[in-house]
Amino acid sequence: MLNYSLKRLASAIPTLLILITVAFFLIRIAPGGPFDSEKALPPEIEANLEAKYQLDDPLIIQYFRYLGDIAQFDFGPSFHYRDWTVNQLIAQGAPVSFTLGGIALVLAFVFGVGIGIWAALKQNSPSDYLTMSVAMIGISIPNFVAAPILILVFAITLGWLPAGGWDGSIQRMILPAVALSLPMIAYVARITRGSMIEVLHSSFIRTARAKGMPEHEVLLRHALKPALLPVISYLGPAAAAILTGSVVIERIFTIPGIGSHFVQGALNRDYTLVMGVVIFYGVLIILLNYLVDLLYAWLDPRIRYEG
Amino acid sequence: MKGETTIDAFEQAMDKRRVKGRSLYVDAWHRLKRNKAAVAGAIILLFIMVLVTVGPMLNPWDHEIPDWDNYSTPPSLDTGHVMGTDALGRDLFERVMVGGRISLLVGVIATLVSLVIGVTYGAVAGYLGGRVDNWMMRAVDAIYALPFMFFVILLMVVFGRNIFLIFVAIGAVNWLDMARIVRGQTLSLKNKDFIEAARVSGATERQIIGRHIIPNLLGVVVVYVSLTIPQVILVESFLSFLGLGVQEPLTSWGALVNEGAQELETAPWSLLFPATFLAATLFAFNFLGDGLRDALDPRDR
Repeated sequence: MLNYSLKRLASAIPTLLILITVAFFLIRIAPGGPFDSEKALPPEIEANLEAKYQLDDPLIIQYFRYLGDIAQFDFGPSFHYRDWTVNQLIAQGAPVSFTLGGIALVLAFVFGVGIGIWAALKQNSPSDYLTMSVAMIGISIPNFVAAPILILVFAITLGWLPAGGWDGSIQRMILPAVALSLPMIAYVARITRGSMIEVLHSSFIRTARAKGMPEHEVLLRHALKPALLPVISYLGPAAAAILTGSVVIERIFTIPGIGSHFVQGALNRDYTLVMGVVIFYGVLIILLNYLVDLLYAWLDPRIRYEG
Repeated sequence: MKGETTIDAFEQAMDKRRVKGRSLYVDAWHRLKRNKAAVAGAIILLFIMVLVTVGPMLNPWDHEIPDWDNYSTPPSLDTGHVMGTDALGRDLFERVMVGGRISLLVGVIATLVSLVIGVTYGAVAGYLGGRVDNWMMRAVDAIYALPFMFFVILLMVVFGRNIFLIFVAIGAVNWLDMARIVRGQTLSLKNKDFIEAARVSGATERQIIGRHIIPNLLGVVVVYVSLTIPQVILVESFLSFLGLGVQEPLTSWGALVNEGAQELETAPWSLLFPATFLAATLFAFNFLGDGLRDALDPRDR
């Protein structure tokens, strides 16, 4: 297990390096600098500005300095919000984004697994077909379409819930969290149904039933664990999808999370902020994938030995 | 001389049998036709494509020029705006059709870009095998772990919002799956018994590739394409929704959903129509793709 986890770690590091390197050089070859404005700055001021942000050194030195800074979790100053560092912006948005994302992830897996198992138990019945068709619709409706429709129905027409904003209260979390998790509930339900059906057809389940084991025992003690393996391997991509989705959801519901900063940074061409968020989320996703892989290897020993 | 004629006769006989046999694709076609969801998906897609192509020709309004008498009017036959107008008085039906052309076009072209890159990369890796393959696939793994959507956004920020860049950016990032699938398929095909058998019975390299390798690759490629197009349409809508994708005067379903979401309270129809078209298209592609996978890959059944 230790061997495996080290091996996986070794393959995560080049990914991180690629991420940082590509992001860094992409920004540097971009046309237009962060200090461009309608009026051309006098050359002295421009030189001073560049000296302040250390943009006058050779590119390769800037690159290694940036690597060093990132190793210490320092993403530098924001180019747009002059008094803020990228770290401060991320630190300010992170608790909000993580709360929202965490709730959405829990919703997605609780409802997704529940619905998937239910459909698998009623395989090929009308209710199974209906559930899976609804799930397909759920997958096909992007969350940035679902979100305004939810607002239209539950905030504007019915007036049950607030249409946006963030104050840490449950009422304001419900709509964004549901919008964020809807496509994922559908996806998890489909995966769970597929793997559950496969497991239920395997011979060890038949044996358990033949022994006269009560059906709920069969399901809980034998079928559930192997059926959940593919669902667990979806945790990594799901987390990535939540982070991506939160970008639009935070914008729609005017939630002050990292995603809002990211979109605003992208529209303002705030290079350091955009790069900081990309790297921050990249590290997070790589880390999560790593943990999920370890979890998976722990649950399914075959993975460890295959190499 | 005599030897050649026997071979000719043999090949003719083989040709006859080839006509009689049910090929993989005839089989797959029959399976697909029996899948109601997939057929429904195909019909919906066909309908949307025809509508998007023909609709603007039959519609008197222009997608850029406002109707000065009708701002934010609901759908009505009296005004001639069957889907209503937006806040600037532009005909929504026309905009949804024009946006649909862009969305579908981006979907198809970006998928083709990723197809070309992915098939080439995957086939080379799978065919060469060994150390080259190992390194090529490691590179794919490394890139695969990157946060894809953030990368596309970064690309859009850096290089400006240009529609061709959208094609390239999405296509260039989306080829990884294709490369993996094609590589795996090539690797396993290379060592299959029926390839060996064909080789032993004197088939040339060209015949093997044409008769065995390509048809066997084609199935996965078709399935992959039908499942990638909706993904790409989704990415494009996502970008356009954020204002980073297609720019005015052009529009796409994502951009229209964004406009509609801002006029939610006063003009809900400007959200509902583009949203319905976008969702229906994704829905139809997903069902068709699922059906194709079931039809072409019987192992999954």
